[in-house]
Amino acid sequence: MNFLIINFFLISILFFTTFYIFKTTSLISVVALTGVFTLVCAAIYVNLDAVDVAFTEAAVGSGISTILMVLAVAKLPEGKKNQLLNLFPSIVLSVSIVIALMLIIANLPLLGDPNAPIHLHVTPEYIKESKTIFHIPNVVTNILASYRGFDTLGETIVIFTAGIGVIVLLTSNTLNRKTKFKKKAKK
Amino acid sequence: MKDNFSSSPILNIVSRILFAPIIIFGLYVQFHGDYGPGGGFQAGVIIAAAFILYSMIFGIKKGETLVPIKINQYLMCSGVLLYAAVGIVSIFFNGNYLDYNVLASDRSTGQHIGIILVELGVGITVATVMIALYHSFASFRIKDD
Repeated sequence: MNFLIINFFLISILFFTTFYIFKTTSLISVVALTGVFTLVCAAIYVNLDAVDVAFTEAAVGSGISTILMVLAVAKLPEGKKNQLLNLFPSIVLSVSIVIALMLIIANLPLLGDPNAPIHLHVTPEYIKESKTIFHIPNVVTNILASYRGFDTLGETIVIFTAGIGVIVLLTSNTLNRKTKFKKKAKK
Repeated sequence: MKDNFSSSPILNIVSRILFAPIIIFGLYVQFHGDYGPGGGFQAGVIIAAAFILYSMIFGIKKGETLVPIKINQYLMCSGVLLYAAVGIVSIFFNGNYLDYNVLASDRSTGQHIGIILVELGVGITVATVMIALYHSFASFRIKDD
């Protein structure tokens, strides 16, 4: 019962945050509210006993990405900070996504259902081996680094590639040269 | 935007006090990943947060002397290479790629060693990539002179 009350409370906060994200007109408050949104998501994950996911969400979603978004907004020229586009297409898109998800929800297994397909395939084996054979209490780490080690290697390479891409895009002089070139052409 | 906030005494002192504990907490999350929530990804982000706080408060110049760009880029690559190297080492011990069972005499120790090394690689890469992201975002200027 407590679980349901806390979940209801958190999800209602999510609704309010989304409403204000749509309502507000300044980009910096959109960024701040998105940070609030992901932090509340992290609280929901803790409530669902997915502590690792919550940890990642809090650190990456509401920490680093909010900082990077604030930096990006701060770099915008003065006139563009409060300029927002017409929200109508995005509202239509998100409402249609919500309707599609609502239609699918009926087919999903109930929350915490032990007979759900995902709990019957390899998960029991992972939990048993991790505890008794490998003596690693955190099954999530074990799955992430050992059973799915190759996946995690791929994820690491994705992050590495993203870093390289941002470094190449932002610290090389190509962009400055281009803008200079355009200005010269205008003159 | 102002480039540094070190003139404000509150921010200055608080960030000085917080810098070391954030890194210690990051290391705890990194090496305690087998036993509690956490692991390379989260620890990397937490450690990067300490350095980002430093360069936010004391300016991007000081941040780049603390973590030079060259060293940061070398570490970025070395994290991925460490991860890949663990897999290759396990091939040399007659196992499959990334099979940690063969790294030590018994399965459990091998798994522990493998997971700690792999998570260390992930942590190094994530931390340095986040620092590099912040530094390149912060030193990026749209020239309109």
